[in-house]
Amino acid sequence: MKVLQSQQNLTFYSPEISTDNTGAIFVDVGISAGFPSPADDFKQQRISLDKELIKNKEATFFARVSGQSMVGAGLDDNDLLVVDRSLEPAHNKIAVCFIDGEFTVKRLKIEANDLWLQPENSNYKPIKVTEENDFVIWGIVTSVIKKV
Amino acid sequence: MKLKNTPVMSSSFITFIDMFALVDCNNFYASCERVFNPNLCNKPVAILSNNDGCVISRSDEAKAIGVPMGAPAFKYKHFFKEHQVHVFSSNYPLYGDMSTRVMSILHQFTPDIEVYSIDEAFLQFKGFDNYDLSLYGDKIRQRILKWTGIPTCVGIAPTKALSKVANKIARKFPKQTNGVFIIDTDQKRVKALKWIKIKDVWGIGRRLQKRLKIKNINTAYDFIQLSDEWILKNFSIIEWKLKKELEGIPTLELEIPKIKKSIATTRSFETTFSDIDNIKERISTFATSCAEKLRKQGSSCHMIVVLLSSDRHKKNIPQHRTNKSVILSYPTDSSLVISNAAIDAVVSIFKSGVKYKRAGVIVTGLVPTDNHQLNLFLNENPKHKSLMSVFDQLNTKFGDYKIKIANQDLKRTWKMRQEHLSPRYTTAINEILKVK
Repeated sequence: MKVLQSQQNLTFYSPEISTDNTGAIFVDVGISAGFPSPADDFKQQRISLDKELIKNKEATFFARVSGQSMVGAGLDDNDLLVVDRSLEPAHNKIAVCFIDGEFTVKRLKIEANDLWLQPENSNYKPIKVTEENDFVIWGIVTSVIKKV
Repeated sequence: MKLKNTPVMSSSFITFIDMFALVDCNNFYASCERVFNPNLCNKPVAILSNNDGCVISRSDEAKAIGVPMGAPAFKYKHFFKEHQVHVFSSNYPLYGDMSTRVMSILHQFTPDIEVYSIDEAFLQFKGFDNYDLSLYGDKIRQRILKWTGIPTCVGIAPTKALSKVANKIARKFPKQTNGVFIIDTDQKRVKALKWIKIKDVWGIGRRLQKRLKIKNINTAYDFIQLSDEWILKNFSIIEWKLKKELEGIPTLELEIPKIKKSIATTRSFETTFSDIDNIKERISTFATSCAEKLRKQGSSCHMIVVLLSSDRHKKNIPQHRTNKSVILSYPTDSSLVISNAAIDAVVSIFKSGVKYKRAGVIVTGLVPTDNHQLNLFLNENPKHKSLMSVFDQLNTKFGDYKIKIANQDLKRTWKMRQEHLSPRYTTAINEILKVK
Protein backbone atom coordinates (compact mmCIF):
# COMPACT_ATOMS: atom_id res chain seq x y z
CA MET A 1 0.00 0.00 0.00
CA LYS A 2 1.13 3.45 -0.80
CA VAL A 3 0.41 6.29 1.57
CA LEU A 4 -1.42 9.00 -0.31
CA GLN A 5 -1.99 11.62 2.30
CA SER A 6 -1.50 11.59 6.04
CA GLN A 7 -3.33 13.82 8.48
CA GLN A 8 -3.51 13.76 12.22
CA ASN A 9 -6.12 11.03 12.58
CA LEU A 10 -6.58 9.78 9.08
CA THR A 11 -4.24 8.18 6.60
CA PHE A 12 -5.25 7.60 3.00
CA TYR A 13 -3.92 4.57 1.19
CA SER A 14 -4.04 3.59 -2.39
CA PRO A 15 -3.54 -0.01 -3.50
CA GLU A 16 -0.39 -0.68 -5.41
CA ILE A 17 -0.90 -2.73 -8.51
CA SER A 18 1.50 -5.56 -8.78
CA THR A 19 3.08 -5.96 -12.17
CA ASP A 20 5.67 -8.60 -11.55
CA ASN A 21 3.24 -11.55 -11.60
CA THR A 22 4.30 -12.96 -8.28
CA GLY A 23 1.85 -15.05 -6.30
CA ALA A 24 -0.30 -17.93 -7.46
CA ILE A 25 -0.80 -18.45 -11.16
CA PHE A 26 -4.06 -19.87 -12.42
CA VAL A 27 -3.60 -22.80 -14.76
CA ASP A 28 -6.59 -23.31 -17.03
CA VAL A 29 -5.41 -26.17 -19.19
CA GLY A 30 -6.09 -28.84 -16.58
CA ILE A 31 -3.48 -31.28 -15.43
CA SER A 32 -3.29 -34.55 -17.23
CA ALA A 33 -0.79 -37.28 -17.45
CA GLY A 34 1.46 -37.07 -20.45
CA PHE A 35 3.41 -34.16 -21.74
CA PRO A 36 1.46 -30.89 -22.12
CA SER A 37 1.28 -29.43 -25.58
CA PRO A 38 4.25 -27.13 -26.06
CA ALA A 39 1.97 -24.86 -28.10
CA ASP A 40 -0.34 -24.06 -25.16
CA ASP A 41 1.95 -21.30 -23.90
CA PHE A 42 1.85 -19.62 -27.28
CA LYS A 43 -1.84 -19.81 -28.05
CA GLN A 44 -3.13 -16.78 -29.89
CA GLN A 45 -6.33 -15.73 -31.57
CA ARG A 46 -6.53 -16.80 -35.20
CA ILE A 47 -6.37 -13.87 -37.62
CA SER A 48 -9.79 -12.41 -38.25
CA LEU A 49 -10.46 -10.40 -41.39
CA ASP A 50 -13.53 -8.92 -39.74
CA LYS A 51 -11.36 -7.52 -36.97
CA GLU A 52 -8.76 -6.31 -39.44
CA LEU A 53 -11.16 -4.62 -41.86
CA ILE A 54 -13.91 -3.40 -39.54
CA LYS A 55 -12.80 -0.84 -36.99
CA ASN A 56 -16.28 0.29 -35.99
CA LYS A 57 -18.82 -2.44 -36.48
CA GLU A 58 -21.88 -0.35 -35.61
CA ALA A 59 -21.02 2.13 -38.35
CA THR A 60 -19.68 -0.24 -41.01
CA PHE A 61 -21.66 -1.31 -44.07
CA PHE A 62 -20.76 -3.10 -47.27
CA ALA A 63 -21.40 -1.94 -50.81
CA ARG A 64 -20.65 -3.36 -54.23
CA VAL A 65 -18.95 -1.43 -57.03
CA SER A 66 -20.87 -1.23 -60.26
CA GLY A 67 -18.95 0.18 -63.22
CA GLN A 68 -15.47 1.37 -64.07
CA SER A 69 -15.31 4.97 -62.84
CA MET A 70 -12.77 4.25 -60.10
CA VAL A 71 -10.53 1.62 -61.74
CA GLY A 72 -7.52 3.93 -61.28
CA ALA A 73 -7.98 3.70 -57.51
CA GLY A 74 -8.21 -0.08 -57.67
CA LEU A 75 -11.99 -0.24 -57.45
CA ASP A 76 -13.12 -2.61 -60.17
CA ASP A 77 -16.59 -3.61 -61.21
CA ASN A 78 -18.13 -5.99 -58.64
CA ASP A 79 -15.54 -5.33 -55.93
CA LEU A 80 -16.77 -5.26 -52.35
CA LEU A 81 -16.32 -2.02 -50.43
CA VAL A 82 -16.05 -1.63 -46.68
CA VAL A 83 -17.75 1.64 -45.81
CA ASP A 84 -17.43 3.33 -42.43
CA ARG A 85 -20.05 6.00 -41.75
CA SER A 86 -18.38 7.21 -38.56
CA LEU A 87 -15.34 8.67 -40.34
CA GLU A 88 -15.21 12.35 -41.23
CA PRO A 89 -15.06 13.16 -44.93
CA ALA A 90 -11.79 14.81 -45.95
CA HIS A 91 -9.83 15.81 -49.02
CA ASN A 92 -8.62 12.78 -51.02
CA LYS A 93 -10.77 10.26 -49.15
CA ILE A 94 -12.82 7.87 -51.25
CA ALA A 95 -16.47 8.21 -50.31
CA VAL A 96 -19.82 6.62 -51.07
CA CYS A 97 -22.06 9.57 -51.93
CA PHE A 98 -25.67 9.97 -52.83
CA ILE A 99 -26.09 12.54 -55.55
CA ASP A 100 -29.30 13.38 -57.39
CA GLY A 101 -31.00 10.10 -56.74
CA GLU A 102 -28.04 7.77 -57.20
CA PHE A 103 -25.29 6.18 -55.13
CA THR A 104 -21.80 6.76 -56.42
CA VAL A 105 -18.26 6.12 -55.21
CA LYS A 106 -15.67 8.83 -55.96
CA ARG A 107 -12.63 10.53 -54.50
CA LEU A 108 -13.45 13.74 -52.62
CA LYS A 109 -11.52 16.81 -53.77
CA ILE A 110 -11.97 19.85 -51.60
CA GLU A 111 -10.59 22.96 -53.25
CA ALA A 112 -11.09 26.37 -51.67
CA ASN A 113 -14.87 26.44 -51.28
CA ASP A 114 -15.61 23.82 -53.91
CA LEU A 115 -16.29 20.14 -53.57
CA TRP A 116 -15.52 17.85 -56.48
CA LEU A 117 -16.25 14.16 -56.93
CA GLN A 118 -13.20 12.90 -58.78
CA PRO A 119 -13.46 9.67 -60.80
CA GLU A 120 -10.26 7.73 -61.39
CA ASN A 121 -10.80 6.84 -65.03
CA SER A 122 -10.05 9.27 -67.86
CA ASN A 123 -13.34 8.36 -69.57
CA TYR A 124 -15.28 9.97 -66.72
CA LYS A 125 -15.56 13.63 -65.84
CA PRO A 126 -15.25 15.07 -62.35
CA ILE A 127 -18.54 16.22 -60.86
CA LYS A 128 -18.74 19.58 -59.15
CA VAL A 129 -21.14 19.51 -56.23
CA THR A 130 -23.25 22.64 -56.00
CA GLU A 131 -26.16 23.73 -53.89
CA GLU A 132 -28.52 22.63 -56.62
CA ASN A 133 -27.49 19.01 -56.15
CA ASP A 134 -29.35 16.72 -53.81
CA PHE A 135 -26.19 15.50 -52.11
CA VAL A 136 -25.10 13.45 -49.08
CA ILE A 137 -21.77 11.90 -48.20
CA TRP A 138 -23.02 8.50 -47.06
CA GLY A 139 -19.80 6.96 -45.76
CA ILE A 140 -16.05 6.69 -46.21
CA VAL A 141 -14.52 3.71 -48.02
CA THR A 142 -11.86 2.07 -45.86
CA SER A 143 -11.06 -1.09 -47.84
CA VAL A 144 -11.77 -2.77 -51.12
CA ILE A 145 -12.07 -6.54 -51.33
CA LYS A 146 -11.67 -8.16 -54.72
CA LYS A 147 -11.76 -11.63 -56.15
CA VAL A 148 -8.73 -12.50 -58.26
CA MET B 1 -25.50 14.62 2.06
CA LYS B 2 -27.97 13.84 -0.69
CA LEU B 3 -29.85 10.60 -0.51
CA LYS B 4 -29.78 8.46 -3.58
CA ASN B 5 -32.83 8.87 -5.77
CA THR B 6 -34.33 11.55 -3.57
CA PRO B 7 -35.14 14.78 -5.27
CA VAL B 8 -33.82 17.74 -3.37
CA MET B 9 -36.22 20.56 -4.05
CA SER B 10 -35.45 24.18 -3.68
CA SER B 11 -37.97 26.83 -4.64
CA SER B 12 -38.12 25.96 -8.32
CA PHE B 13 -35.08 23.85 -9.03
CA ILE B 14 -34.62 20.16 -8.46
CA THR B 15 -31.26 18.48 -8.25
CA PHE B 16 -31.40 14.80 -9.04
CA ILE B 17 -28.68 12.31 -8.67
CA ASP B 18 -29.85 9.68 -11.15
CA MET B 19 -31.48 10.63 -14.39
CA PHE B 20 -33.22 8.53 -17.02
CA ALA B 21 -33.26 9.04 -20.75
CA LEU B 22 -35.65 7.59 -23.27
CA VAL B 23 -34.11 7.33 -26.70
CA ASP B 24 -36.69 6.67 -29.40
CA CYS B 25 -35.98 6.22 -33.11
CA ASN B 26 -38.22 8.42 -35.23
CA ASN B 27 -40.54 6.39 -37.49
CA PHE B 28 -38.00 3.59 -37.19
CA TYR B 29 -38.95 1.24 -40.04
CA ALA B 30 -39.50 4.10 -42.48
CA SER B 31 -36.17 5.61 -41.40
CA CYS B 32 -34.36 2.29 -41.99
CA GLU B 33 -35.68 2.26 -45.57
CA ARG B 34 -34.49 5.84 -46.05
CA VAL B 35 -30.91 5.10 -44.98
CA PHE B 36 -30.44 2.86 -48.00
CA ASN B 37 -32.74 4.77 -50.29
CA PRO B 38 -32.24 8.49 -49.64
CA ASN B 39 -34.67 9.22 -52.49
CA LEU B 40 -37.39 8.56 -49.95
CA CYS B 41 -36.39 11.56 -47.82
CA ASN B 42 -39.14 14.18 -47.54
CA LYS B 43 -41.58 11.78 -49.20
CA PRO B 44 -44.47 9.84 -47.65
CA VAL B 45 -43.34 6.32 -46.72
CA ALA B 46 -45.49 3.56 -45.22
CA ILE B 47 -44.37 0.13 -44.00
CA LEU B 48 -46.82 -2.78 -43.97
CA SER B 49 -47.06 -5.59 -41.43
CA ASN B 50 -46.30 -9.24 -42.21
CA ASN B 51 -48.18 -10.44 -45.29
CA ASP B 52 -48.65 -6.80 -46.29
CA GLY B 53 -51.64 -6.56 -43.96
CA CYS B 54 -51.74 -3.04 -42.55
CA VAL B 55 -49.61 0.04 -42.01
CA ILE B 56 -47.26 -0.28 -39.03
CA SER B 57 -44.83 2.60 -39.58
CA ARG B 58 -45.21 5.94 -41.32
CA SER B 59 -42.91 8.79 -42.19
CA ASP B 60 -43.96 12.25 -40.95
CA GLU B 61 -45.07 13.06 -44.52
CA ALA B 62 -47.33 10.00 -44.60
CA LYS B 63 -48.83 11.01 -41.25
CA ALA B 64 -49.40 14.54 -42.57
CA ILE B 65 -51.44 13.39 -45.58
CA GLY B 66 -53.59 11.26 -43.29
CA VAL B 67 -52.37 7.65 -43.52
CA PRO B 68 -53.59 6.25 -40.18
CA MET B 69 -51.62 3.76 -38.12
CA GLY B 70 -53.02 0.31 -38.79
CA ALA B 71 -54.58 1.30 -42.12
CA PRO B 72 -55.46 -1.95 -43.97
CA ALA B 73 -53.33 -2.05 -47.13
CA PHE B 74 -56.12 -3.25 -49.41
CA LYS B 75 -58.39 -0.40 -48.37
CA TYR B 76 -55.70 2.21 -48.96
CA LYS B 77 -54.33 0.87 -52.23
CA HIS B 78 -55.91 3.65 -54.22
CA PHE B 79 -54.99 6.30 -51.68
CA PHE B 80 -51.33 5.25 -51.75
CA LYS B 81 -51.27 5.52 -55.52
CA GLU B 82 -53.02 8.84 -55.63
CA HIS B 83 -50.75 10.44 -53.02
CA GLN B 84 -47.58 8.71 -54.24
CA VAL B 85 -46.96 7.02 -50.93
CA HIS B 86 -43.91 4.75 -51.09
CA VAL B 87 -45.10 1.48 -49.63
CA PHE B 88 -42.83 -1.29 -48.30
CA SER B 89 -43.33 -4.79 -46.93
CA SER B 90 -41.69 -5.14 -43.54
CA ASN B 91 -38.03 -6.07 -43.88
CA TYR B 92 -37.31 -7.44 -40.39
CA PRO B 93 -33.80 -8.66 -41.18
CA LEU B 94 -32.89 -5.05 -42.00
CA TYR B 95 -34.79 -3.43 -39.11
CA GLY B 96 -33.41 -5.97 -36.66
CA ASP B 97 -29.83 -5.32 -37.70
CA MET B 98 -30.25 -1.54 -37.62
CA SER B 99 -31.83 -1.83 -34.16
CA THR B 100 -28.86 -3.88 -32.93
CA ARG B 101 -26.52 -1.15 -34.16
CA VAL B 102 -28.50 1.61 -32.45
CA MET B 103 -28.70 -0.28 -29.14
CA SER B 104 -25.04 -1.12 -29.27
CA ILE B 105 -24.16 2.56 -29.74
CA LEU B 106 -26.37 3.42 -26.76
CA HIS B 107 -24.32 1.03 -24.64
CA GLN B 108 -21.32 3.27 -25.28
CA PHE B 109 -23.02 6.06 -23.32
CA THR B 110 -24.01 4.22 -20.15
CA PRO B 111 -23.77 0.66 -18.83
CA ASP B 112 -27.36 0.85 -17.57
CA ILE B 113 -29.76 0.37 -20.44
CA GLU B 114 -33.12 -1.29 -20.90
CA VAL B 115 -33.97 -2.12 -24.48
CA TYR B 116 -37.67 -1.39 -24.35
CA SER B 117 -38.61 -2.31 -27.91
CA ILE B 118 -37.01 -2.61 -31.34
CA ASP B 119 -36.75 1.17 -31.60
CA GLU B 120 -36.59 2.58 -28.07
CA ALA B 121 -34.47 2.18 -24.97
CA PHE B 122 -34.30 3.61 -21.47
CA LEU B 123 -30.88 4.72 -20.30
CA GLN B 124 -30.01 5.41 -16.71
CA PHE B 125 -27.29 7.87 -15.80
CA LYS B 126 -25.89 6.99 -12.40
CA GLY B 127 -23.17 9.26 -11.10
CA PHE B 128 -23.27 11.60 -14.08
CA ASP B 129 -23.53 14.60 -11.71
CA ASN B 130 -20.89 16.59 -13.52
CA TYR B 131 -22.27 15.97 -16.97
CA ASP B 132 -24.34 18.42 -18.93
CA LEU B 133 -26.95 15.82 -19.81
CA SER B 134 -28.56 18.03 -22.41
CA LEU B 135 -25.28 18.11 -24.34
CA TYR B 136 -24.80 14.41 -23.68
CA GLY B 137 -28.24 13.71 -25.15
CA ASP B 138 -27.29 15.68 -28.21
CA LYS B 139 -24.10 13.67 -28.54
CA ILE B 140 -26.15 10.45 -28.41
CA ARG B 141 -28.43 11.70 -31.18
CA GLN B 142 -25.57 12.90 -33.36
CA ARG B 143 -23.64 9.65 -33.06
CA ILE B 144 -26.61 7.43 -33.89
CA LEU B 145 -27.53 9.65 -36.81
CA LYS B 146 -24.02 9.78 -38.24
CA TRP B 147 -23.13 6.13 -37.73
CA THR B 148 -26.42 4.51 -38.69
CA GLY B 149 -28.42 7.25 -40.45
CA ILE B 150 -31.33 6.79 -38.03
CA PRO B 151 -32.85 9.99 -36.53
CA THR B 152 -33.79 9.77 -32.85
CA CYS B 153 -35.25 11.88 -30.08
CA VAL B 154 -33.96 11.95 -26.53
CA GLY B 155 -36.03 12.78 -23.46
CA ILE B 156 -34.18 13.13 -20.16
CA ALA B 157 -35.81 13.35 -16.73
CA PRO B 158 -35.53 12.08 -13.17
CA THR B 159 -37.98 9.20 -13.73
CA LYS B 160 -38.81 6.81 -16.55
CA ALA B 161 -42.35 8.12 -16.98
CA LEU B 162 -41.11 11.72 -17.14
CA SER B 163 -38.41 10.76 -19.63
CA LYS B 164 -41.23 9.46 -21.86
CA VAL B 165 -42.97 12.83 -21.52
CA ALA B 166 -39.71 14.68 -22.27
CA ASN B 167 -39.24 12.49 -25.33
CA LYS B 168 -42.70 13.39 -26.63
CA ILE B 169 -41.82 17.08 -26.29
CA ALA B 170 -38.51 16.62 -28.12
CA ARG B 171 -40.35 14.81 -30.91
CA LYS B 172 -43.18 17.34 -31.14
CA PHE B 173 -40.99 20.46 -31.16
CA PRO B 174 -37.90 19.57 -33.20
CA LYS B 175 -37.02 23.18 -34.01
CA GLN B 176 -37.05 24.39 -30.41
CA THR B 177 -35.51 21.27 -28.85
CA ASN B 178 -33.22 19.95 -31.58
CA GLY B 179 -34.49 16.51 -30.67
CA VAL B 180 -33.36 16.62 -27.03
CA PHE B 181 -35.50 17.74 -24.11
CA ILE B 182 -34.58 17.58 -20.47
CA ILE B 183 -36.93 17.99 -17.53
CA ASP B 184 -34.56 19.16 -14.83
CA THR B 185 -36.55 21.78 -13.00
CA ASP B 186 -39.87 21.66 -11.26
CA GLN B 187 -41.07 24.47 -13.48
CA LYS B 188 -40.34 22.49 -16.65
CA ARG B 189 -41.95 19.40 -15.16
CA VAL B 190 -45.20 21.20 -14.36
CA LYS B 191 -45.27 22.87 -17.77
CA ALA B 192 -44.69 19.53 -19.49
CA LEU B 193 -47.41 17.79 -17.48
CA LYS B 194 -49.88 20.55 -18.27
CA TRP B 195 -49.07 20.14 -21.95
CA ILE B 196 -49.29 16.36 -22.30
CA LYS B 197 -52.70 14.81 -22.82
CA ILE B 198 -53.57 11.98 -20.48
CA LYS B 199 -53.95 9.58 -23.42
CA ASP B 200 -50.31 10.15 -24.38
CA VAL B 201 -48.96 9.33 -20.94
CA TRP B 202 -47.04 6.07 -20.74
CA GLY B 203 -49.12 3.28 -19.25
CA ILE B 204 -52.53 4.96 -19.47
CA GLY B 205 -54.64 2.49 -21.38
CA ARG B 206 -57.88 3.15 -23.17
CA ARG B 207 -60.08 1.89 -20.34
CA LEU B 208 -58.34 4.09 -17.82
CA GLN B 209 -58.60 7.05 -20.18
CA LYS B 210 -62.37 6.70 -20.28
CA ARG B 211 -62.65 6.61 -16.51
CA LEU B 212 -60.39 9.64 -16.17
CA LYS B 213 -62.30 11.53 -18.82
CA ILE B 214 -65.45 11.19 -16.76
CA LYS B 215 -63.63 12.85 -13.87
CA ASN B 216 -62.63 15.62 -16.30
CA ILE B 217 -58.98 14.68 -16.20
CA ASN B 218 -57.44 15.68 -19.50
CA THR B 219 -53.75 16.22 -18.84
CA ALA B 220 -51.05 14.50 -16.83
CA TYR B 221 -51.13 17.53 -14.54
CA ASP B 222 -54.82 16.96 -13.78
CA PHE B 223 -53.96 13.33 -13.04
CA ILE B 224 -51.36 14.11 -10.39
CA GLN B 225 -53.83 16.40 -8.61
CA LEU B 226 -55.80 13.29 -7.65
CA SER B 227 -55.00 12.18 -4.13
CA ASP B 228 -52.86 9.09 -3.53
CA GLU B 229 -55.68 7.56 -1.53
CA TRP B 230 -58.22 8.06 -4.28
CA ILE B 231 -55.91 6.50 -6.89
CA LEU B 232 -55.12 3.51 -4.69
CA LYS B 233 -58.78 3.04 -3.89
CA ASN B 234 -60.09 3.38 -7.43
CA PHE B 235 -57.21 2.12 -9.52
CA SER B 236 -54.18 0.15 -8.44
CA ILE B 237 -50.62 0.38 -7.25
CA ILE B 238 -49.53 0.70 -10.91
CA GLU B 239 -51.34 4.01 -11.36
CA TRP B 240 -50.09 5.20 -7.99
CA LYS B 241 -46.53 4.44 -9.07
CA LEU B 242 -47.15 6.32 -12.29
CA LYS B 243 -48.36 9.32 -10.29
CA LYS B 244 -45.19 9.28 -8.19
CA GLU B 245 -43.10 9.02 -11.34
CA LEU B 246 -44.85 12.03 -12.82
CA GLU B 247 -44.23 13.90 -9.57
CA GLY B 248 -40.53 13.27 -10.09
CA ILE B 249 -40.13 10.48 -7.55
CA PRO B 250 -38.71 7.33 -9.15
CA THR B 251 -40.73 4.17 -8.56
CA LEU B 252 -39.80 2.25 -11.67
CA GLU B 253 -36.35 0.81 -12.22
CA LEU B 254 -34.66 -0.32 -15.38
CA GLU B 255 -35.87 -3.76 -16.32
CA ILE B 256 -33.28 -5.99 -17.79
CA PRO B 257 -34.92 -9.20 -18.93
CA LYS B 258 -32.61 -12.13 -19.32
CA ILE B 259 -34.77 -14.38 -21.43
CA LYS B 260 -38.13 -13.99 -23.08
CA LYS B 261 -41.10 -14.94 -20.98
CA SER B 262 -43.16 -16.15 -23.88
CA ILE B 263 -42.62 -16.79 -27.55
CA ALA B 264 -45.22 -16.34 -30.26
CA THR B 265 -45.57 -17.08 -33.93
CA THR B 266 -48.74 -15.64 -35.43
CA ARG B 267 -49.53 -14.86 -39.03
CA SER B 268 -52.30 -13.74 -41.31
CA PHE B 269 -52.87 -16.13 -44.17
CA GLU B 270 -52.54 -14.93 -47.71
CA THR B 271 -56.08 -16.14 -48.36
CA THR B 272 -58.67 -17.53 -45.98
CA PHE B 273 -59.09 -21.17 -44.95
CA SER B 274 -62.29 -22.86 -44.00
CA ASP B 275 -60.97 -26.44 -43.96
CA ILE B 276 -59.31 -28.00 -40.95
CA ASP B 277 -56.45 -29.60 -42.90
CA ASN B 278 -54.87 -26.37 -44.03
CA ILE B 279 -55.25 -24.89 -40.58
CA LYS B 280 -53.70 -27.96 -38.95
CA GLU B 281 -50.75 -27.62 -41.26
CA ARG B 282 -50.28 -23.93 -40.45
CA ILE B 283 -50.59 -24.50 -36.70
CA SER B 284 -48.05 -27.28 -36.90
CA THR B 285 -45.62 -24.98 -38.72
CA PHE B 286 -46.11 -22.18 -36.18
CA ALA B 287 -45.67 -24.64 -33.31
CA THR B 288 -42.46 -25.94 -34.89
CA SER B 289 -41.17 -22.41 -35.22
CA CYS B 290 -41.96 -21.67 -31.55
CA ALA B 291 -40.21 -24.87 -30.47
CA GLU B 292 -37.18 -23.89 -32.49
CA LYS B 293 -37.05 -20.48 -30.82
CA LEU B 294 -37.38 -22.19 -27.43
CA ARG B 295 -34.41 -24.43 -28.17
CA LYS B 296 -32.38 -21.44 -29.32
CA GLN B 297 -32.73 -19.70 -25.96
CA GLY B 298 -32.51 -22.93 -23.97
CA SER B 299 -36.05 -22.81 -22.61
CA SER B 300 -38.90 -25.28 -22.35
CA CYS B 301 -42.56 -24.37 -22.09
CA HIS B 302 -45.32 -25.44 -19.76
CA MET B 303 -48.21 -23.97 -21.66
CA ILE B 304 -49.29 -23.58 -25.27
CA VAL B 305 -51.89 -21.10 -26.48
CA VAL B 306 -53.46 -21.50 -29.90
CA LEU B 307 -55.20 -18.56 -31.57
CA LEU B 308 -57.60 -18.66 -34.48
CA SER B 309 -59.46 -15.77 -36.01
CA SER B 310 -61.58 -14.85 -39.00
CA ASP B 311 -61.04 -11.70 -41.06
CA ARG B 312 -62.21 -8.85 -38.85
CA HIS B 313 -62.19 -6.42 -41.76
CA LYS B 314 -64.92 -8.37 -43.51
CA LYS B 315 -67.83 -7.79 -41.20
CA ASN B 316 -70.38 -9.32 -43.57
CA ILE B 317 -69.07 -12.88 -43.17
CA PRO B 318 -69.42 -15.07 -40.05
CA GLN B 319 -66.90 -13.98 -37.45
CA HIS B 320 -65.13 -16.30 -35.06
CA ARG B 321 -62.26 -15.32 -32.84
CA THR B 322 -61.08 -17.87 -30.34
CA ASN B 323 -58.14 -19.26 -28.45
CA LYS B 324 -57.34 -22.27 -26.35
CA SER B 325 -54.59 -22.91 -23.87
CA VAL B 326 -53.14 -26.29 -23.11
CA ILE B 327 -51.14 -27.03 -19.99
CA LEU B 328 -48.54 -29.72 -20.48
CA SER B 329 -47.70 -32.32 -17.86
CA TYR B 330 -44.01 -31.62 -18.29
CA PRO B 331 -42.07 -28.70 -19.79
CA THR B 332 -40.85 -29.36 -23.28
CA ASP B 333 -38.97 -27.91 -26.21
CA SER B 334 -39.79 -30.77 -28.56
CA SER B 335 -41.32 -29.77 -31.89
CA LEU B 336 -43.27 -33.02 -31.90
CA VAL B 337 -44.90 -32.60 -28.50
CA ILE B 338 -45.68 -28.90 -29.02
CA SER B 339 -47.02 -29.47 -32.51
CA ASN B 340 -49.27 -32.35 -31.46
CA ALA B 341 -50.67 -30.44 -28.52
CA ALA B 342 -51.28 -27.36 -30.67
CA ILE B 343 -53.07 -29.42 -33.32
CA ASP B 344 -55.32 -31.08 -30.73
CA ALA B 345 -56.16 -27.63 -29.42
CA VAL B 346 -56.95 -26.13 -32.80
CA VAL B 347 -59.16 -29.08 -33.78
CA SER B 348 -61.18 -28.54 -30.61
CA ILE B 349 -61.86 -24.86 -31.31
CA PHE B 350 -62.31 -24.97 -35.08
CA LYS B 351 -65.82 -24.21 -36.33
CA SER B 352 -66.76 -25.30 -39.82
CA GLY B 353 -68.24 -22.69 -42.09
CA VAL B 354 -65.95 -19.93 -40.86
CA LYS B 355 -63.34 -18.45 -43.16
CA TYR B 356 -60.24 -18.15 -41.00
CA LYS B 357 -57.69 -15.49 -41.82
CA ARG B 358 -55.26 -15.56 -38.95
CA ALA B 359 -53.75 -18.11 -36.59
CA GLY B 360 -50.99 -18.31 -34.09
CA VAL B 361 -49.20 -20.33 -31.46
CA ILE B 362 -47.83 -18.88 -28.24
CA VAL B 363 -45.66 -20.86 -25.86
CA THR B 364 -45.39 -19.60 -22.33
CA GLY B 365 -44.60 -20.63 -18.76
CA LEU B 366 -40.97 -20.94 -19.77
CA VAL B 367 -38.32 -22.64 -17.67
CA PRO B 368 -34.66 -23.27 -18.41
CA THR B 369 -34.42 -26.62 -20.20
CA ASP B 370 -31.45 -27.96 -18.30
CA ASN B 371 -32.88 -27.71 -14.80
CA HIS B 372 -36.59 -28.35 -14.99
CA GLN B 373 -38.20 -30.62 -12.44
CA LEU B 374 -38.87 -34.18 -13.43
CA ASN B 375 -42.42 -35.39 -13.20
CA LEU B 376 -42.83 -38.67 -11.40
CA PHE B 377 -45.13 -40.27 -13.96
CA LEU B 378 -44.87 -38.37 -17.19
CA ASN B 379 -41.72 -37.22 -18.84
CA GLU B 380 -40.53 -36.41 -22.26
CA ASN B 381 -39.40 -39.25 -24.42
CA PRO B 382 -35.61 -38.91 -24.01
CA LYS B 383 -35.15 -39.64 -27.70
CA HIS B 384 -36.71 -36.27 -28.58
CA LYS B 385 -33.74 -34.37 -27.27
CA SER B 386 -31.23 -35.88 -29.66
CA LEU B 387 -33.79 -35.90 -32.46
CA MET B 388 -34.40 -32.18 -32.06
CA SER B 389 -30.73 -31.35 -32.05
CA VAL B 390 -30.27 -33.21 -35.35
CA PHE B 391 -33.37 -31.45 -36.66
CA ASP B 392 -31.89 -28.03 -35.85
CA GLN B 393 -28.47 -28.90 -37.25
CA LEU B 394 -29.89 -30.06 -40.56
CA ASN B 395 -32.11 -27.03 -40.93
CA THR B 396 -29.20 -24.71 -40.19
CA LYS B 397 -27.02 -26.56 -42.67
CA PHE B 398 -29.49 -26.76 -45.53
CA GLY B 399 -31.59 -23.75 -44.65
CA ASP B 400 -35.18 -23.04 -45.61
CA TYR B 401 -36.70 -25.71 -43.38
CA LYS B 402 -35.85 -28.78 -45.41
CA ILE B 403 -36.63 -30.97 -42.40
CA LYS B 404 -40.21 -30.78 -41.29
CA ILE B 405 -42.40 -32.89 -39.11
CA ALA B 406 -45.07 -35.01 -40.74
CA ASN B 407 -47.91 -32.62 -39.90
CA GLN B 408 -46.29 -30.03 -42.07
CA ASP B 409 -46.73 -30.39 -45.79
CA LEU B 410 -43.35 -30.98 -47.42
CA LYS B 411 -44.37 -30.00 -50.91
CA ARG B 412 -46.03 -26.88 -49.84
CA THR B 413 -43.87 -23.84 -49.48
CA TRP B 414 -45.76 -21.12 -47.76
CA LYS B 415 -44.78 -17.66 -48.58
CA MET B 416 -45.58 -14.44 -46.89
CA ARG B 417 -47.02 -11.89 -49.17
CA GLN B 418 -44.20 -9.38 -49.52
CA GLU B 419 -44.84 -7.52 -52.70
CA HIS B 420 -42.91 -4.40 -51.73
CA LEU B 421 -39.85 -5.86 -50.05
CA SER B 422 -36.62 -3.86 -50.04
CA PRO B 423 -33.23 -5.64 -50.16
CA ARG B 424 -31.67 -7.00 -46.97
CA TYR B 425 -28.86 -4.46 -47.26
CA THR B 426 -26.99 -5.52 -44.13
CA THR B 427 -27.62 -9.24 -43.74
CA ALA B 428 -27.42 -10.73 -47.27
CA ILE B 429 -24.23 -10.26 -49.27
CA ASN B 430 -26.06 -10.43 -52.59
CA GLU B 431 -28.44 -7.64 -51.60
CA ILE B 432 -25.99 -4.94 -50.46
CA LEU B 433 -25.93 -1.40 -51.85
CA LYS B 434 -24.66 -0.93 -55.38
CA VAL B 435 -22.55 2.15 -56.06
CA LYS B 436 -21.50 3.44 -59.45
